[in-house]
Amino acid sequence: MMTMINASGLSSDARRERIALLGLTSPAVMVVMLVMVVPVGWLFYLSFIGSDGTVSMENYRRMLDSRSYTRIFVTTFQVSMLTTVLCILIGYPLAYFLSQLPARAANICMLAVLLPFWTSLLVRTYAWLVLLQRQGILNRWAIDIGLLDEPVQLVHNMTGTLIGMVHIMLPFLILPLYSSMKAISPDLMRASSNLGASPARAFWTIFFPLSLPGLFAGALIVFVLSLGFFVTPAVLGGGRVVMVSMQIASNIELFFNWGAASALGVVLLVLTLGILFVASRFLKLDTIVAKGH
Amino acid sequence: MHHSTALPISISAVTKAYGAVHALKGVSLDIQAGEFMTLLGPSGSGKTTLLMAIAGFTRPDSGSIRFGDQEAILSPPHKRGVGMVFQNYALFPHMNVARNVAYPLKLRKVAKAEVDAMVAEALETVQLAGYGDRAISQLSGGQKQRVALARAIVFKPRILLMDEPLSALDKKLREHMQIELRHLHEKLGMTTVYVTHDQREALTMADRIAVINHGSLQQVDTPRKIYESPANRFVADFIGESSILPVVRDGNTIRFDGNALKTVTAPPDGPLALMIRPERLAFVTDASRDEVNTFAGNVLELVYQGDSALCYIELSNGTTVALRANTHAGGPLDSIVEGASVTLGLHVADTVLIPAGRDA
Ligand SMILES: Nc1ncnc2c1ncn2[C@@H]1O[C@H](COP(=O)(O)OP(=O)(O)OP(=O)(O)O)[C@@H](O)[C@H]1O
Ligand SMILES: [Mg+2]
Repeated sequence: MMTMINASGLSSDARRERIALLGLTSPAVMVVMLVMVVPVGWLFYLSFIGSDGTVSMENYRRMLDSRSYTRIFVTTFQVSMLTTVLCILIGYPLAYFLSQLPARAANICMLAVLLPFWTSLLVRTYAWLVLLQRQGILNRWAIDIGLLDEPVQLVHNMTGTLIGMVHIMLPFLILPLYSSMKAISPDLMRASSNLGASPARAFWTIFFPLSLPGLFAGALIVFVLSLGFFVTPAVLGGGRVVMVSMQIASNIELFFNWGAASALGVVLLVLTLGILFVASRFLKLDTIVAKGH
Repeated sequence: MHHSTALPISISAVTKAYGAVHALKGVSLDIQAGEFMTLLGPSGSGKTTLLMAIAGFTRPDSGSIRFGDQEAILSPPHKRGVGMVFQNYALFPHMNVARNVAYPLKLRKVAKAEVDAMVAEALETVQLAGYGDRAISQLSGGQKQRVALARAIVFKPRILLMDEPLSALDKKLREHMQIELRHLHEKLGMTTVYVTHDQREALTMADRIAVINHGSLQQVDTPRKIYESPANRFVADFIGESSILPVVRDGNTIRFDGNALKTVTAPPDGPLALMIRPERLAFVTDASRDEVNTFAGNVLELVYQGDSALCYIELSNGTTVALRANTHAGGPLDSIVEGASVTLGLHVADTVLIPAGRDA
């Protein structure tokens, strides 16, 4: 009898607590509704409105029919993919180096990694223009010391876009990667070498697998952010690298075609969500591994 | 895989400082081939540091560490062939139990079938048979410790280092594992350095005990010698219970409370103190036997502990001494009450004089 009374008392208490917690989240839920769900819903609605003002699939059909749209999507994926790969190639050794430094030195170096975060995106992008253009610092310097005979095209093309993108995206890769590397106890590496593993062997069998969750998380952030990136490819791509976001902008600014722009936005959103969904299945596997720490 | 050639370890004048902290101050220790040596000392005394130096993870500032007749101090850890159980287990979280244990075997390119057999045997030894498929995160602290042990012994190293490998186990499992480890040591015969700050564990398991404090060795001896004739006050205090009483030196005569103390051997030089183990002290009625030193006093307090009782007795010169009494019927507890006047007897062989200074 006693236990029954307690049980019902406890469960109603738990219910009250759940309701209270739900209440606490309501402001956040409302903000998200207002700034996310409503505009995205509106976008969604607009994408199904044709140029004559009636409901139609015209905006989506245009995407399928036109070769230029296909090329834009391919470019977008290409740029995002290459940016991610380059970020991994540059960021992994850097994060590894940082994670092995003593705390004080690591903090100073981390500041250097984060510094670009606090500078305006636009400023950083134009700074690359100054460095990379035909009469820019880099070309002139290379010619001065006789490395080149005439300036090379470093900007207003894919190369320039990638240089800028990688620079801007690198911290997004390094931060999660660094923290997952920091969580790897040095005793694990010691144990591995104690059991007979050479330093290289210990790295590949112990350190690298344990850093993978951080690497996946960082790479995913970089890839997804790159998909919708606008400023850097617009400035450094010089019109030769057209990404989805740029097409959306020109649809609105040049052609005042909200329907077409919305449809592009919806497709980009759906693709991004799809990638996140697939990636989350992979990441699940790895969080189990990471729990072992 | 039995190594008939266990390796002796010869450590000489090893020092290590971390900034202002001198973790090791010139430690010299010879460990014989196949010996079970226990490192015993309080927290922060440098036990782990010494073990890490033997394993090759800490580079000492100076000194020499030899395995057999080979200088090891410059060889990298993965070439030392030393098994080690880490204080915090250091199990690989992305591998299951079996793969953790198989790790050193795979590095040594042991054939697959043999790996499985050896892993099963090692897990059997630590009573974890059938746990091979478990993830490390699913193990309790004690189970992790045993997996770490299995991983360290599976490749039959000639030197095995253990850093408090049983500290997370409950009493029963701990005692079982102590015996298991001794058997394992007898079977495999590897030179073993075992770190603990549990003195009973050290006394039970070791061939010899090295007592360390503040980075220097205090005494290296058999458990019995360590317990019965501690080299200094720290060792007497740290191992077992003891009362340490002031004595007056009068040439070669040592006086306690005015009476000359009878001892078996001539007292050592320098200022001394009298060390009395509670269980070596007894209530006596006849105060005139030759082989016994006697003291008079009053019972201050009686603490009943089940298997024995601890009596605190104030001696006539004002010092307090502890006596452990049996609790069986007809024993001393029948007649002793708090406040009673008593006479205590201490056999001359148990009358131990130690240097009076705090440290060696
Ligand atoms: N990496 C390090 N950096 C600075 N000081 C250290 C380091 N490792 C150990 N010490 C210091 O060296 C001394 C000895 O440490 P050690 O870990 O050897 O002690 P221990 O005897 O193993 O203690 P415990 O029983 O608590 O494990 C301590 O004072 C400790 O603070
Ligand atoms: Mg320690």
